[in-house]
Amino acid sequence: MRLSGRGVRCVRGGREVFSGLDFSAGAGELLAVTGRNGSGKTSLLRLIAGLLAPAGGSIELEGGEAELSLAEQAHYLGHRDALKPALSVLENLRFWREFLGGELFDAGGSLKAVGLDHAANLPAAYLSAGQRRRLSVARLISVHRPIWLMDEPTAALDAAGQGLLAALMRDHLARGGLIVAATHGPLGLEARELRIGGAS
Amino acid sequence: MTALGALIRRDIRIALRVGGGALIGVLFFLTVVVLMPFALGPDLKLLARLGPAILWLGALLASLLTLDRLFTADHEDGSLDLIAMARVPMELSCAAKALAHWLAAGLPLIVATPVLGLLLNLDIHASATVALTLLAGTPALTFTGMIGAALAVTLHRGGLLLAVLVLPLSIPVLIFGVAASDAAIAGPQSFGAPFAILCALSLVSFVVGPIAAAATLRHGLD
Repeated sequence: MRLSGRGVRCVRGGREVFSGLDFSAGAGELLAVTGRNGSGKTSLLRLIAGLLAPAGGSIELEGGEAELSLAEQAHYLGHRDALKPALSVLENLRFWREFLGGELFDAGGSLKAVGLDHAANLPAAYLSAGQRRRLSVARLISVHRPIWLMDEPTAALDAAGQGLLAALMRDHLARGGLIVAATHGPLGLEARELRIGGAS
Repeated sequence: MTALGALIRRDIRIALRVGGGALIGVLFFLTVVVLMPFALGPDLKLLARLGPAILWLGALLASLLTLDRLFTADHEDGSLDLIAMARVPMELSCAAKALAHWLAAGLPLIVATPVLGLLLNLDIHASATVALTLLAGTPALTFTGMIGAALAVTLHRGGLLLAVLVLPLSIPVLIFGVAASDAAIAGPQSFGAPFAILCALSLVSFVVGPIAAAATLRHGLD
């Protein structure tokens, strides 16, 4: 499995964010996207996720499942948590498991893995920012997708949470997964760096 | 199918919880209908003649009231991104969301209609007829309104805009809905023709609404 982009150009609101971007990552690799604020890290993730259309160039996945598109084989962990405050923690997770489908892992086990098993029946409205983040991560490990697109994955997480996330990411890579993460800080993992927009 | 079932169950569950908005539509409907006799005066004949039109107008406005949140809520919390990336086609997801909205917000209006008919001096036969035409016609309101709700996501802050976009599309439904009700209550025209057109409008909207909404959302995600 290999995710590659060739000459990718991104235009947002009539302004060119970046152009001529080449990148490539294989199975088991972490691609750390870095760059100053506004350099287009989130835009690149959204381009890969198919949520934005590239203004030029192409993004391709080789060796994935042939009948599925790139977006259908990817998880997207964005700034927004995709959680409904009116539903409980477990209801939120159950919904995404049923809706996303594919190969599933145990929901209770996933909550335990992110340290939220004690709050399973609490409405998501009462979660802290870090707990919301943990619940989003539970979605990633409870539904199998080979590609993880993560936007600032460590944001709002405490030290223990960051360690836990690094361990989960390492597991995913060890199973032949692929991660593209936009980040400012170190992730605690070996990564191939993709720098957008030159030196800061 | 499990995916769509999950989406429908989630949306209904959220609508029925506190602050979800399913009952707001019914309350609004009740308010419009209760106030009408006070505005029109104690002329029972006039009330009975205007009854079907008042019920239809109330139901139309009540179903629009909560429709603008159909996609914006999912857009604001990021759920819409994940729905767009899912293995379920976007068109079917849109149809599922509209169906859930109709079940949670449209169906209670129809259930309330026979009760509200009493306030407008409609007999049980007339109230039941209006409820039947609403049952056939309100799905068309939801499924065409969905297109406006999708545009509201793209344009941000589209609450009032939604009404401007959607009301012209709902005029045919209103015309044939009231025509069918009047025909059944007062005659002499046949009930079948306008009712069949009303059903046809709903069936067309089942196809056009999800496709148009999905296309709008795909271009509107940013």
